[in-house]
Amino acid sequence: MAVTVSIPTILRTHTGGEKAVEAKGNTVAEIIDDVESRHSGLKARLVKEDKLHRFVNVYVNDEDVRFSGGLDAEVSDGDTVTILPAVAGGMR
Amino acid sequence: MLQIRRDLVDAIVAHARKDHPDEACGVIAGPEGSDRPERFIPMLNAARSPTFYEFDSLDLLKLYREMDANDEVPVVIYHSHTATEAYPSRTDISYASEPDAHYVLVSTRDPETHEFRSYRIVDGVVTEEDVEIVDAASPEASPTESYMFANTGSDDKPDS
Repeated sequence: MAVTVSIPTILRTHTGGEKAVEAKGNTVAEIIDDVESRHSGLKARLVKEDKLHRFVNVYVNDEDVRFSGGLDAEVSDGDTVTILPAVAGGMR
Repeated sequence: MLQIRRDLVDAIVAHARKDHPDEACGVIAGPEGSDRPERFIPMLNAARSPTFYEFDSLDLLKLYREMDANDEVPVVIYHSHTATEAYPSRTDISYASEPDAHYVLVSTRDPETHEFRSYRIVDGVVTEEDVEIVDAASPEASPTESYMFANTGSDDKPDS
């Protein structure tokens, strides 16, 4: 068993167009490292100075990991990790 | 070029007016590959701010799951500027991450007239594009207007 990682359109250049990839790991950080080992360049788009980049949201199943430990959030076999770019902006 | 139905333009403007002076935001989804905005989905601005907008993260997850299930993509991503022109800010550009989407900006700084403009934002580069408003009944056949740059109109009759 492994974890399914759902990849947003803008990052599919790193996964050869794949919408979802499989990965192994016990935390979000380990999952990202595992995906990075096969799809290089992805990690730099997600992580900055050991924290999740503010432009992306990462979910374990239905939970935004920002509220459940960030990169240390736990992941179990069969979980789905979803990566989505934040939709935000402003006048400045 | 963005081709969009008049009723969808009206819905975006009405949402922007309703939330003024806070920024309003949302999506118009359409069939994948069609470049045709069809389903109007107003979103809550989780920031509830006159200078910033952000889709709530759980609403965002729900939205993308729903679009995935329907084979839809966000054809239009819109938000309002309530005190400045309808042009993408530095913040807008740094967050923009749907290279295939039309980024629509509406300015409600004038209480009588609005600006409705559309852009592509790819790798930090902003390109304004034409907006063609079509009648709801025959979106393919009868474009009623086509214009570029600084579109303005009164709110009850958006584009005359």
